[in-house]
Amino acid sequence: MEKEGKQLEIFEIDCLLEAILLRYGYDFRNYAKASLKRRIHNRLMLSNLDHVSEMIPKILYEEGYFSDFLGDMSITVTEMFRNPAVFKCIRQQVVAKLRTYSRINIWNVGCATGEEAYSIAIILEEEGLLDKAHIYATDYDNEALSVAKKGIYPVSVMQKYTDNYLKAGGLGSFSDYYQARYEVAKMKSNLGDKITFAHHNLMRDGSFAEMHLILCRNVLIYFNQTLQNSVLSLLRDSLVHRGFLVLGDKETLSFSSVEDEFEAFDMEKRVYRKKNLT
Amino acid sequence: MKKKYQAVVVGASMGGMQALKILLGQLPEHFQLPVIVVQHQVADADGFLVNYLNRQCKIRVKEACFNEIILASNVYISPPAYHLLIEEERTFSLSVDLPVNYSIPSIDVLFESAADVYGEHLVGVILTGANSDGSQGLDKIKKAGGLTLVQDPTTAEAPEMPNSAIQATKIDHILGIEKIGVFLRGLADD
Repeated sequence: MEKEGKQLEIFEIDCLLEAILLRYGYDFRNYAKASLKRRIHNRLMLSNLDHVSEMIPKILYEEGYFSDFLGDMSITVTEMFRNPAVFKCIRQQVVAKLRTYSRINIWNVGCATGEEAYSIAIILEEEGLLDKAHIYATDYDNEALSVAKKGIYPVSVMQKYTDNYLKAGGLGSFSDYYQARYEVAKMKSNLGDKITFAHHNLMRDGSFAEMHLILCRNVLIYFNQTLQNSVLSLLRDSLVHRGFLVLGDKETLSFSSVEDEFEAFDMEKRVYRKKNLT
Repeated sequence: MKKKYQAVVVGASMGGMQALKILLGQLPEHFQLPVIVVQHQVADADGFLVNYLNRQCKIRVKEACFNEIILASNVYISPPAYHLLIEEERTFSLSVDLPVNYSIPSIDVLFESAADVYGEHLVGVILTGANSDGSQGLDKIKKAGGLTLVQDPTTAEAPEMPNSAIQATKIDHILGIEKIGVFLRGLADD
């Protein structure tokens, strides 16, 4: 009985994902199943439904229900200078190598609400490179993107971000980069001017510019190995020779299909560099 | 014949380091099952816990890695600040989703995904702790036909977590911390 129920639920989830793909073009079939299942179950409980298959008509006929589902699937937990040691490495080691380019393109993949993109912009500003840089920050979650574009965050998190900024080797005063008003802090517009926040769906969309540095942190952990490999190939193809790729602190290229095409620039911080073709 | 049990999951919180040292210290180097542990830790904890336990135990203790294949004779500790989950292919996955029971990693998240994958072939163990994380997950393990163990609350540095689990589901064995490792050894030899 237990086994049959489990098998049925696997069918139901497959049907749900198929319906989403056909109706909306989002392909979640290659997401890592364990946390996908967990999030589907949370939505099921919130909707007072018993079976995953009951979600299918709601997904098909109620666009609002689908956008809630999309929100569930997109993890927007992030902060500025998250893992400060990584940003310190980017500032002190990677940026030095980027200096030589006449124009610097940076892609922040899965930018969610934009904190990481602003962090990079601040580093470039302090290193005197912001003028010749452009940051492309992409996500498939439009709601998160609209928060990112506004660059407005609760003032209550600024203390934490200030600590992170200093640990990441910040040269100035973090409060110079935002204006606080009542309960909110708005990031300075000269930072946002150099960031293009745009919709991009890794499950479907391709490469769009040649990048010198790509940050793709805590994105791959939600994918199965097939999708991990296809995204990594896309990132490889988007990088210039000797371009940099930064992954999340528990993600690695080991055992991936592009492992041999990168070298570890700083293994502990998950900073990789594309090898020259030989 | 297929072995009755295929994996052990363990949840520990306050007082867990000492309890884990005792429990894992009783396992032989070639213990027949993988042991997967969530110990609540602060987000910026370094690798101290893993290194400490690895030094204290005969069985190999390591941090659970993303995509890693789960193998017998290994103790896997969840990395701080990530939820640890198990995929159908018997590999680990991670998530930086919101905390569950104020915890990331959360014991419930591990136990529920493990119950999905291993079903009746799973052993769940709740150790000392000062909250109620793991209770729902242990209930799910029980409902999937797995075996449930709880540290005797009177031997726990913080009895809330074992007590909460005892109230949440049917517990097969309530054991003193000195007895759990021995008991698991018996299961693996079956």
